[in-house]
Amino acid sequence: MMNMIEVTNISKVYQMGTLEVPALRGVSFTIRQGEFVAIMGPSGSGKSTLMNVLGCLDTPTSGTYLLDGISVGELSDGNLASIRSLKLGFVFQQYHLLPRQTALFNVQLPLLYRGVAGRIREQRSRTALTIVGMADRMSHLPNELSGGQQQRVAIARALVGSPSVILADEPTGALDTHTSEEIMALLQRLNREQGLTVVLVTHNPEAAAYAARILTMRDGLLVSDETPNQQLPSIGHPVPMVQDRQDGQDGARWREMAQGGTNQ
Amino acid sequence: MTDMVVSHPVTLVAPAPPASDSHPLTLEPLKDKESGRQRIRLWEIGSLALASLLGNKIRTLLTILGVIIGVAAVVALLAIGQGVRIWVTSSFAESGTNTLTVMRGDTSMSDVEAIEALQLPIEVISPQYGETATIVAPAADESATVMGVTPSFVKAQGLELQQGSFFTEEHNDTVALVIVLGNSLAQELFGEQALGRTVRISGQAFQVIGVLKEKGGNSFGSVDDQALVPISVAHRRLFGGRTADGNGYLVSSIQIVVKDRDDLEMVKSQVERLLRVRHYLAQDGSEDTFRVLNQAAMIEQLTGILDALTIFLASVAGLSLLVGGLGIMNIMLVSVTERTREIGLRKAIGAHRSDVLLQFLVEALLMSLFGGLLGLSLGYGIALLVTVLSPITAPVSLWSAALAVGFAATVGIFFGIYPAQRAARLDPIEALRYQ
Repeated sequence: MMNMIEVTNISKVYQMGTLEVPALRGVSFTIRQGEFVAIMGPSGSGKSTLMNVLGCLDTPTSGTYLLDGISVGELSDGNLASIRSLKLGFVFQQYHLLPRQTALFNVQLPLLYRGVAGRIREQRSRTALTIVGMADRMSHLPNELSGGQQQRVAIARALVGSPSVILADEPTGALDTHTSEEIMALLQRLNREQGLTVVLVTHNPEAAAYAARILTMRDGLLVSDETPNQQLPSIGHPVPMVQDRQDGQDGARWREMAQGGTNQ
Repeated sequence: MTDMVVSHPVTLVAPAPPASDSHPLTLEPLKDKESGRQRIRLWEIGSLALASLLGNKIRTLLTILGVIIGVAAVVALLAIGQGVRIWVTSSFAESGTNTLTVMRGDTSMSDVEAIEALQLPIEVISPQYGETATIVAPAADESATVMGVTPSFVKAQGLELQQGSFFTEEHNDTVALVIVLGNSLAQELFGEQALGRTVRISGQAFQVIGVLKEKGGNSFGSVDDQALVPISVAHRRLFGGRTADGNGYLVSSIQIVVKDRDDLEMVKSQVERLLRVRHYLAQDGSEDTFRVLNQAAMIEQLTGILDALTIFLASVAGLSLLVGGLGIMNIMLVSVTERTREIGLRKAIGAHRSDVLLQFLVEALLMSLFGGLLGLSLGYGIALLVTVLSPITAPVSLWSAALAVGFAATVGIFFGIYPAQRAARLDPIEALRYQ
């Protein structure tokens, strides 16, 4: 499987007046196609900055970032917009649906900005809404939907363009426990059924538990890269916890090994 | 794949709907030809803008209120100005735009004859001598202007008779005591039937031989309220009016209708020269005791003033349109702030700066165009109301409509640029975080 995200020694420094505040201090990892990765860490750890860089909303001060083989660091503002449009799907904590437009219109929006023809746009949006279980709410306005339903629409919007990566930034932050579980299960199902690469940014361990691999950030550094599922007894052979792993490929290898084990 | 899901430890949640369990719906990656040009089409930006405007109708209406009022004011004022212009020129035109009027001075009947003798290209020459007198009828007395005129007066003024006939040259030559009454005057004196009745002026009995059709007012007062007698009667039986040397009779004005409009100035200067010679006045005009008025020139002068006034008023209205544009900018700036998160989202999911810029510009343009069209209808309504309620017919001309709406659109774009730039420049990260 090919590398979808390849981050090498990226740093990000914010200029606050005369003060230089480093948010990322040399982070490297790789995420392969089809992985479900959670990025965790307390506030101030740099995980939001990392999210913005991965989402091509911001560019790193130094280091390289390859998204689906494209080097993002040197791109202009307009090209970044194109990359976001073609390669990425976003899910936000606050859903960010256009309040006065229907679910169907909201889901179509990314395709609209990609110049996809109306017929295909609508057809794909209906499919996307069906996939997230919102087939019977397509013509509802956001304020006619519950929080969980709004987040499902937002997920449909993220996946409608078949992005290389879905970036979910605290997608359950505004939801109750039960709905959170539903939304995480949905992301997990999309990861498995649609083969979507999902990157989840959260500080909530329960949400992160749905991911196959967890990257932990602290003080602008990646402090751990774990594939915790392998520790669970159902797999049969416990794997030691890997601390301070900077090499994403290793983690992926662990995971592949584990998967191979279950399939046999 | 399904095996793996089942054996995977983290399936703590409710299973997915059965349909997608057995045959999961999938979204194929977009083929190249499906994703088209990979940028939004211009008209789609237009439809986004429209959707956004229709999504908040009240805000949209409040935003364009200034433009509506501005355009309505421009359209209505231009129409009313045009209406007043038509009204004024047409009331002049009733007495003929080919008309010269000799006013004041000690011009006399012999001057009239001398002008006739010049053999100028004149259609009608109509001397008048009038004074106010009391007209006594059996039922009522009325004070009115009694005008001594010749039969040519009918043609010079474009008069028509409702009843009876006008007096002839013979009546004039024989100093016959006959009278033709203006329409309102006849009604005031006799009610319905005036023809054939008798009125008294200065103790003399006049037979009513005609009643004029109603004509309406013109700039020199209405003939409807006047009584017309042969000029010989006015001179010899009613008012006197002899010249200083006692050999002739004065006239108060001479109306000259020229055959061809192009001859107006030529006839005017010929008449002026003749009168100066006959009255021993300097030919440079410095001693003139009379004035020859050229109605066409007067109309030109007057319409010039009216046009200037109209343009002035329309400019003031245009200024209000400009203020309306400022209103658009104001509300759009508020709207950009209000829609910060929406803009952030649009940019996050792939809208380019230029897409956002264009959407806001198109929103401004649509609003000002829509406001312009609403204002046009309102202005048209006002013009219609003026037409119905006043003697003025206020026509909304195509160019004034185009001017007002075009100006509104320009104002909209101009004042839309700044807010649109603000929106386009928003940083998506900041914008999405905005509360």
